Amino acid sequence: MATRKTPETAAVDGANVSKDDLLKYYREMLLIRRFEEKAGQLYGMGLIGGFCHLYIGQEAVVVGLEAAAKEGDKRVTSYRDHGHMLACGMDPKGVMAELTGREGGYSRGKGGSMHMFSKEKHFYGGHGIVGAQVPIGAGLAFSDKYKGNDNVTFAYFGDGAANQGQVYETYNMAELWSLPVVFVIENNQYAMGTSVKRSTKSTTLFGRGVAFGIPGEQVDGMDVLAVKAAGEKAVAHCRAGNGPYILEMMTYRYRGHSMSDPAKYRTREEVQKIREERDAIEHVRELLISGGHATEDDLKAIDKEIKATVSDAAEFSKESPEPALSELWTDIYA
Amino acid sequence: MTGTIVKSNERKLTIARSMAEALAQEMRIDPTVFVMGEDIGTLGGIYGNTRGLIEEFGPERVRDTPISETGFIGAAVGAAQDGMRPVVELMFVDFFGVCFDAIYNLMAKNIYFSGGHLKVPMVLMTSTGGGYSDGGQHSQCLYGTFAHLPGMKVVAPSNAYDAKGLMTAALRDDSPVVYMYHKGLQGMGWLGTEPGATVHVPEDSYTVEIGKAKVVREGRDVTIVSLGIGVHHALKAADTLAQQNVSAEVVDLRSLVPLDRDTIRASVAKTGRLIVVDEDYHSFGVSAEVIASVVEHDLSVLKAAPVRVAYPDVPIPYARVMEQFCLPNPAKIVAAWAQMAA
Ligand SMILES: Cc1ncc(C[n+]2csc(CCOP(=O)(O)OP(=O)(O)O)c2C)c(N)n1
Ligand SMILES: [Mg+2]
Repeated sequence: MATRKTPETAAVDGANVSKDDLLKYYREMLLIRRFEEKAGQLYGMGLIGGFCHLYIGQEAVVVGLEAAAKEGDKRVTSYRDHGHMLACGMDPKGVMAELTGREGGYSRGKGGSMHMFSKEKHFYGGHGIVGAQVPIGAGLAFSDKYKGNDNVTFAYFGDGAANQGQVYETYNMAELWSLPVVFVIENNQYAMGTSVKRSTKSTTLFGRGVAFGIPGEQVDGMDVLAVKAAGEKAVAHCRAGNGPYILEMMTYRYRGHSMSDPAKYRTREEVQKIREERDAIEHVRELLISGGHATEDDLKAIDKEIKATVSDAAEFSKESPEPALSELWTDIYA
Repeated sequence: MTGTIVKSNERKLTIARSMAEALAQEMRIDPTVFVMGEDIGTLGGIYGNTRGLIEEFGPERVRDTPISETGFIGAAVGAAQDGMRPVVELMFVDFFGVCFDAIYNLMAKNIYFSGGHLKVPMVLMTSTGGGYSDGGQHSQCLYGTFAHLPGMKVVAPSNAYDAKGLMTAALRDDSPVVYMYHKGLQGMGWLGTEPGATVHVPEDSYTVEIGKAKVVREGRDVTIVSLGIGVHHALKAADTLAQQNVSAEVVDLRSLVPLDRDTIRASVAKTGRLIVVDEDYHSFGVSAEVIASVVEHDLSVLKAAPVRVAYPDVPIPYARVMEQFCLPNPAKIVAAWAQMAA
């Protein structure tokens, strides 16, 4: 596991980041966390169905990478997608209302937690089949390359998904065709109840790119500044026409795989230790306070503001009407 | 449900536990049986159907796999061709898209392609069904998709007695068997379950013959044919119809391939009316096949046009109101009768 204060990341720690940026990352990560906590509550109240996979613990990954993206860049991910949608600027109301299956949801109640899209924000889902989003990412990147723009696609997938064959078919084509795609492996150490150690003998997952000629690196995915720095490097590689890049984000999910996780595969102490020692939001909070960029009161005000945004989203998701049954037969074909 | 008389002190099992028991009993007597799948070892399967196996048989015979369905299902075909008896789990039937080549081009065809030289004695178990708002990639049944393709047997139990017997039969079969269990019958507390699926299960090993349907309720006026959870809807509808002095016969298919057309025909010959209940998509599926079995054979037995109660031909929506509207239920079966009798 990469540790937070490597010499490489220390350079950006505090030094190369503005106060405004730090506050922005803090705010964005906090929004995801509070949103997910609220989703967990609504699930408990029976307002959200299915399994519902929360992103709590992994916030720094999407927030750091979005900080490295520009307008026009695309993203595609798995079912653990709420954080990605919020980070790319989708409306928390529309996301929450999709979770409750309402008309005001991004997919008007047809998709649910795992299936949302926003053309406006270049978010291409939300996919329930493990690994299936990876070739989609290559296709998005192909489309941009063909059109001759310099957009980059972020294709996110998990450590478990890294064992799907279609990932490697995609790696090969992406490098062969020099596609501008950043493969982001969110290595949160577990695929449902199976730890990485029990599913592969590879010591790193990014290292598998070597076989295809794709460069990559492991990144402390709990450090938003390290993530951003690595993201900028990867994006520059892609934009310059050098083909794909792999980022293996070492991260951790605090909650169960989904809302119905028996949690027998790891100890409470393991989770607690990471929360205490590596939490991404706490890390930025410390940088803000110790660097004199914000006072406790400033941060409290942000907390309050975010709480309000999230409770507005929750209210909206309860009040938005249920979809009309006649809608069942629309949108099947374009 | 099972037709056996249940004494009050007899044990009842959930389908999940009866599947695990059948697996364990076969593993004790046949060292070639082994189990592979995602989280089927330490976790015991997300639907509980392999619980306890790793403790008894160890990780060599109860293997957690990486998320590599094409790889491990293809590997099971290889091992089966070499005399092993693999049991593989595809966690949700919806995921078949990732690995269907191994299933229908290899598992289902290699006996034939070898001119009978090879056997492929493997069991593919997979969960089906929705009703709990899991969206369109985690709620399908796809019975017809599997049953359509020659070369694999397909079973779908509605209760724990059949679940154990069909599993034992599948494990002893030299052909590949797709074992489709409905999530809503598994007896998993967190998912919500149909209590009627949890029935008396004898401790000793036994088989339920693959390819034999069962009349689970006798009647005179209408035959309701179904499988899996639909059987429970049919039985509830039959109760309601009984209050209206309509006597409904309920046929539990139990196997889709081979399909027990004789039992279906005999029942419809008696009642003259047919309703087919299927949680799979309406068109091109099991419901059409059941109806065809009757009309191709003898149109004259029918007093009314058969009716299907099946899932509309739309991708399964997430929103609870929409999904519940689409699913078969007892009220829809009663309404189908009304339509038929009118
Ligand atoms: C093809 C396929 N196989 C299995 C599953 C069931 N499944 C859903 S998530 C998951 C674990 C994935 O783990 P990982 O890729 O590490 O992502 P994480 O959940 O940790 O974000 C599994 C096995 C699935 N949805 N699709
Ligand atoms: Mg993971």
